[in-house]
Amino acid sequence: MAKTAKIEVKDQDLLGSLRGFFRSLLEKGELQAVMVPQHLPMKNTVMPTLVTDPEKINGADPLAPVFPINAAKVVSKLTRRPLGGQVAAVLRPCEIRAFIELVKLKQGSMEDVVLVGVDCYGAYSNDNYPRFVGDEGAASTIRFYQNVTSGKGTAYEDFDISPACKACEYPVPDNADLLIGLVGVETSDHLLVKANTPKGEELLGRLGLPSGQEAAERAKAIEALVAERIAYRDQMFDETSHATADIQKLTSYLANCVNCYNCRVACPVCYCKECVFVTDVFDHEPMQYLRWARRKGIIKMPTDTVFYHITRLAHMSTACIGCGQCSNACPNNIPVMEIFRTVANYTQKAFDYQAGRSVEDEPPLSVFREAEFRELTGGKD
Amino acid sequence: MADFEPTIIAFVCNWCTYTAADLAGTSRLAYPPNVRMIRMMCTGMVDPKYVIKAFLEGADAVLISGCHPGDCHYINGNYKARRRVKLLKEILPRFGIDEKRLKLTWIGASEGVDFAETVKEMVAEIKALGPSNIKEQMVL
Ligand code: SF4
Ligand code: SF4
Ligand code: FES
Repeated sequence: MAKTAKIEVKDQDLLGSLRGFFRSLLEKGELQAVMVPQHLPMKNTVMPTLVTDPEKINGADPLAPVFPINAAKVVSKLTRRPLGGQVAAVLRPCEIRAFIELVKLKQGSMEDVVLVGVDCYGAYSNDNYPRFVGDEGAASTIRFYQNVTSGKGTAYEDFDISPACKACEYPVPDNADLLIGLVGVETSDHLLVKANTPKGEELLGRLGLPSGQEAAERAKAIEALVAERIAYRDQMFDETSHATADIQKLTSYLANCVNCYNCRVACPVCYCKECVFVTDVFDHEPMQYLRWARRKGIIKMPTDTVFYHITRLAHMSTACIGCGQCSNACPNNIPVMEIFRTVANYTQKAFDYQAGRSVEDEPPLSVFREAEFRELTGGKD
Repeated sequence: MADFEPTIIAFVCNWCTYTAADLAGTSRLAYPPNVRMIRMMCTGMVDPKYVIKAFLEGADAVLISGCHPGDCHYINGNYKARRRVKLLKEILPRFGIDEKRLKLTWIGASEGVDFAETVKEMVAEIKALGPSNIKEQMVL
């Protein structure tokens, strides 16, 4: 049985209550620091911040509908060697799932980090968020949150939360050590806090929060949200499959790609320290381009665009957690997430694997069994 | 279609299938000349991107052939190859590359006959499937 508690919300001040909670993490949690998204003082944007001073957590806003990077990447930087104490990282569900993949790839460790996950209603792209926030800062977050809970939805002017978020069937961070629940919770009164692991329980125990319980409506509300997301996702799978059904179509799909490789830089689970596509393997002999050109009379420059994307799919689609940062980072608005999630759906199923579910599940390409997939060789051993 | 001659890129393990192919040759076993053989030290060295590249360059089929399970000289290279083939057989068909165009098999050093048969069968199968149309297309 998970231990539950609540954060009381006074004067409808959702963010104020959350900030109080984060402050108490620093004051009572016996932690070295708290990593949490904050509005930066110099600009209306939200970035992960690492805070040691309880007085410097007043811009914390994990509900802001934006995540400029998948913060699993920075938690990985923070935990790749022993930290000498515990840090709490406040993350979105997809950031937690990405971090779990990185831990399995030995690019991070659970040892010194307590994962605090917050229910997620989705986020705008890095392009659209500035239009949404205007100069309102955290007040815009409340506007977003009120629109969502009042049933008005997430759309704003001519844009909406990113397709990745619309297709995300994991809005609730069930694998966080400590979960902060909003969905199906009477948030004008309180927020749900739930410890899913012994580590989470320990931290919760130190905070002295009033006890609370998971309301029965929560399960129903989550179910409805997930159903909506899955419907969007499955339609996206269909449309993307049609749009990329052969190499010619895939080539059109990727025609605007300039091989900048931003998508793999932004991808939290693109784990290679040096991508082969930027090594001298791909510094072809100048004559080689001519030979390629002569074969069909024409090639597009730079070359290797489709090759790059299919290779990246082979490398990491089994670890894709669907955060959409690839699409977010693309300067040419290529729907990268759509194709990666669609293919990932097949590659993960093939190995009975679900990226980001648990550190216990072995990444499919890092293991093998002696007797498996015998159908590939027609049963021949 | 029936008279098209498929190009098959074969990544074969030095310790087994390559020797088997040699044996087939020296034993004068006839097999179709459609195979372009690439000798690898082990099937565990066949990077998925070699296979992807072969298809994007217009190969009609790719064959990967190594040591029987338990016989790999590097203990588990062939098991790793099998997982990678499994992976590729999920990815390539998404983009219209029929999974039948990618074949994995185990052929030991003494199995020259098996090698000749495998190539014959594969050529017949790919002839029935028809040529890969990637050859004619502008692939970026
Ligand atoms: S491929 Fe895209 S959606 Fe998948 S994990 Fe990487 S950035 Fe996120
Ligand atoms: S970010 Fe966009 S343009 Fe850059 S490599 Fe990825 S898909 Fe191509
Ligand atoms: S040595 Fe032959 S497959 Fe590994």
